[in-house]
Amino acid sequence: MSASLIEHADRLAARYDVVVVGAGPAGLTAATQVAAEGLSVLVLDENLAPGGQIYRAITLRAQTGRDYLGAAYWDGKRIADAFLASSLTYAPAARVWSLDPASPRDDEPYARIGVSLGGASRHVQARRVILATGALERPTPVPGWALPGVMTAGAAQIALKSAGLVPSGRVVLAGCGPLLYQLAMQLQGAGADIVALLDTGPGMGSAWQHLPQFLFSPYVIKGLSLLMSVRRRLRVVSGVRHLAIEGEAKARQVRFETERGTETLTADLVLLHQGIIPDTALANSAGCALEWNESIRAFQPKVDVQGCSSLAGIFVAGDGARIVGALAAAETGRAVALAVLAQLRAERAEQFEQQRVDVLKRSAWLQRGRRFIDAAYLPTQPFLAPEDSSTLICRCEEVTAGTVREAAKRGACGPNQLKTFTRCGMGPCQGRLCGPTVVELLADEGRISPAQVGTYRLRAPIKPLRLAEIAGLPATSAAIHAVTGVWPLTPKTHPAQIDRELSNDR
Amino acid sequence: MEQAEIVIVGGGLMGAALAWALAGLGHDVLVLDGGDLDPRASRANLGLVWVSDKGVGQPDYAILSRDAALHWPAFAAVIQEETGIDLQLQQPGGFNFALSEQELEQLTANMATIADQTHGELCSYEILDREEVRVRLPHIGPGVVGASFCPYDGHVNSLRLFNALHLAMTKRGVDYRPQRPVELIEPTDDGFTVSGAWGAVRARKIILAAGLGNTRLAPMVGLYAPLVRSKGQVIVTEKCRPFFPSVSGALRQTGEGSVLIGESQETHTGSLAVNHSISAVLAERAARVFPVIADLNVVRIWTGFRVKTPDGMPIYQQSETHPGAFVMLCHSGVTLTALHALEIAPQISAGVLQPRLQPFHARRLHVS
Amino acid sequence: MFRKVTPGDKALSFHFEGGVCSAEPGDTVALALLVAGIDSCRDSVVSGQPRGPYCLMGACFECLVVIDGVQNLQGCQVQVREGMVVTRQRGGRHALGDTLS
Repeated sequence: MSASLIEHADRLAARYDVVVVGAGPAGLTAATQVAAEGLSVLVLDENLAPGGQIYRAITLRAQTGRDYLGAAYWDGKRIADAFLASSLTYAPAARVWSLDPASPRDDEPYARIGVSLGGASRHVQARRVILATGALERPTPVPGWALPGVMTAGAAQIALKSAGLVPSGRVVLAGCGPLLYQLAMQLQGAGADIVALLDTGPGMGSAWQHLPQFLFSPYVIKGLSLLMSVRRRLRVVSGVRHLAIEGEAKARQVRFETERGTETLTADLVLLHQGIIPDTALANSAGCALEWNESIRAFQPKVDVQGCSSLAGIFVAGDGARIVGALAAAETGRAVALAVLAQLRAERAEQFEQQRVDVLKRSAWLQRGRRFIDAAYLPTQPFLAPEDSSTLICRCEEVTAGTVREAAKRGACGPNQLKTFTRCGMGPCQGRLCGPTVVELLADEGRISPAQVGTYRLRAPIKPLRLAEIAGLPATSAAIHAVTGVWPLTPKTHPAQIDRELSNDR
Repeated sequence: MEQAEIVIVGGGLMGAALAWALAGLGHDVLVLDGGDLDPRASRANLGLVWVSDKGVGQPDYAILSRDAALHWPAFAAVIQEETGIDLQLQQPGGFNFALSEQELEQLTANMATIADQTHGELCSYEILDREEVRVRLPHIGPGVVGASFCPYDGHVNSLRLFNALHLAMTKRGVDYRPQRPVELIEPTDDGFTVSGAWGAVRARKIILAAGLGNTRLAPMVGLYAPLVRSKGQVIVTEKCRPFFPSVSGALRQTGEGSVLIGESQETHTGSLAVNHSISAVLAERAARVFPVIADLNVVRIWTGFRVKTPDGMPIYQQSETHPGAFVMLCHSGVTLTALHALEIAPQISAGVLQPRLQPFHARRLHVS
Repeated sequence: MFRKVTPGDKALSFHFEGGVCSAEPGDTVALALLVAGIDSCRDSVVSGQPRGPYCLMGACFECLVVIDGVQNLQGCQVQVREGMVVTRQRGGRHALGDTLS
């Protein structure tokens, strides 16, 4: 048995038992688990090969001579290999652009997923959908962050994993979060010249209350030894404030302040990071309820104990549901798969439910200490809601923090009204790079919680899609009537046809 | 209790235009607006300043739309003077494209009807055949069999219009308060009490400019605002260099370069979800009109509900039982903004709506 | 700006703004440009500022380039092919193609 690879929308079936979106640890594990029970499974993923961002290119590159990636990376090989040996359909380089929940009116409830694959689009139906869309890096708005030569820490890690690339000039890492330290070690191991790691984080002070739990975390040894190695080998500057990147047409230097005063470092590449947050775009566009997670200051899909979102049939697993890390993400993927199996293979529900309880225990064990990590690496307020009014917030429409704050003062009461006032969030990235900051700025201006501010309401397509691909989608006669005012069918046949189409056509 | 001379319920294009104009006439105006996710036609529109085929069988409406279009240059100029914001108003005349002979016949009949019913006042339209369209618009597709052209049509940047009106009204001293959904309006001896979970204010005059919310509020002050369900859907592309120097009823290019495509009307659904089948029809037709846009990336598709009466015409009315209470609603909020500001606001200020607005009294909609 | 930790032996060549660059099979356009020392691949639509790859995972839309005449493509999502012609994405795209700029 092995996964059947498809490269064009024409080869998609009309309907699957389960569609999994995302091929990181959660998606791969969930798909493997469901496929093992003989259900038809389609896995849609944007990347060219399985692994997600954390295990990116794990099946593509030679494993030898890549010690700098660290042992944790190679954990993914087993998951990806099991996936590729499963009986399922796998569509890499697929862009999922819409998700509609099953209509309660339907006799057979199927969710619909819009996917662009090989230059064409179509919708597939699924009895259950598992969203394993993973995480995004939180935006890092500081003066100069849009200059060429400034990238995210995650981007440098992708370059390293997927193409064996290491920065060739002077590198400055700045921000906060475990990934920054991990990247520092990886880049240094691969031969990069790291000038300094500028830590903007809050320090351990706020995290002490969660320390006892962290001491039992699977990450405790790894985490502490990582911190110590980085501090031993590199210049680490703590308590960094007022970070700014300077340069005309590209980044030339990094300026920052600490208690000891202002310092400037020359840099060819600046890598920024402020932690990772769930990628909720698809869930949001489908209408899944989101909830504010104060411990990481981010919105995440609201899920029940089964891992099901607020919409029946749409499940969420892995970091896309809640940031848990790669190992636990795989287990949440397995747990959600078992919950789905309990519904679709009802005769064996009890068995799946028992397995799920064990998986959840393991997942909980893997997540111990998470609160400590969350608290120790929560970005400080100026990096969440920039104070400098000239800092760019929306890189697409080039809207600054000052403009956002001024609109808030004038009565832009939420992110969606803010668009009308400023165009913020209306560019091709569709708010991915400004949404979290906008929420923080509006909360800061209104002196309210981000939970009250809410976030952008997203609509399909959640990623840009060629007009011609949309034009190629099937058109019902009801839709033709809605646009032209004319029914394309003869009066004699159309009423039944319309009824059928109206119920399918959402 | 807090007091204002005029309370306007709704801070969309209708409410903001009236607030701006009334403040300019010396009134003390408070605007109460809803929340971030309220249905807002003011952020769901094509941005057309449109006359063409509007008001078939409704000559008063056709002429009202034309007059609104004529008010636009002066209105945009004042707004720009007060705010520095260029509304990107352009009125080069607009096309309606026909993709079949049947559609061309319908367009021709509609334009002729309007000319006839307005006794020739709106007769300066043209019906163009395939070749005549191509001469004016070289990038038009071979599937376009003809078009109507109306010299009054144009478009404006409706997001800038919203932003500029809000800026301008605040500069004129209007008090704007979002997140103040109005639940109750109670007539008093000398005006009205307007209240919600946030508290209450007293007003001498009240203007209902609450879009879809008017239906619920109007009866509280002896007014009537029946609306029908009408969902529109618009496709927005990435920005591209100018390729369409004019405007059409279903497609326009904004000043920023995005192409907006939309002409659908759904009456069966209350869901805001995008209807992919309608997207397909819109995209397919747009690419037939302008094949050059087929490869553009769509960055967004949105939907919204029109503030639409059963006959499609606006309602402009003062309450007979509670003078000082007005309801103002329409589904062509962009086109009519200039008229609301320059023509209707002074009538509200004077306390008397002129006979010209009689056809827009809601009594026409009462089911007998 | 970036270099290969261990240079491979297979190479593809592609064109960027008239120059010839090399890449290894499997490399994306965005990565190949970074290896070629090109950190800015486009001018922004609103103000014309130079921009370059930022996230490399398809989220930011900063690495837009023109590939074989197709505009506004995300360089991080397209693998280099032999002989590919890549140019800067200069501001907004032309609906009428590059011929009518």
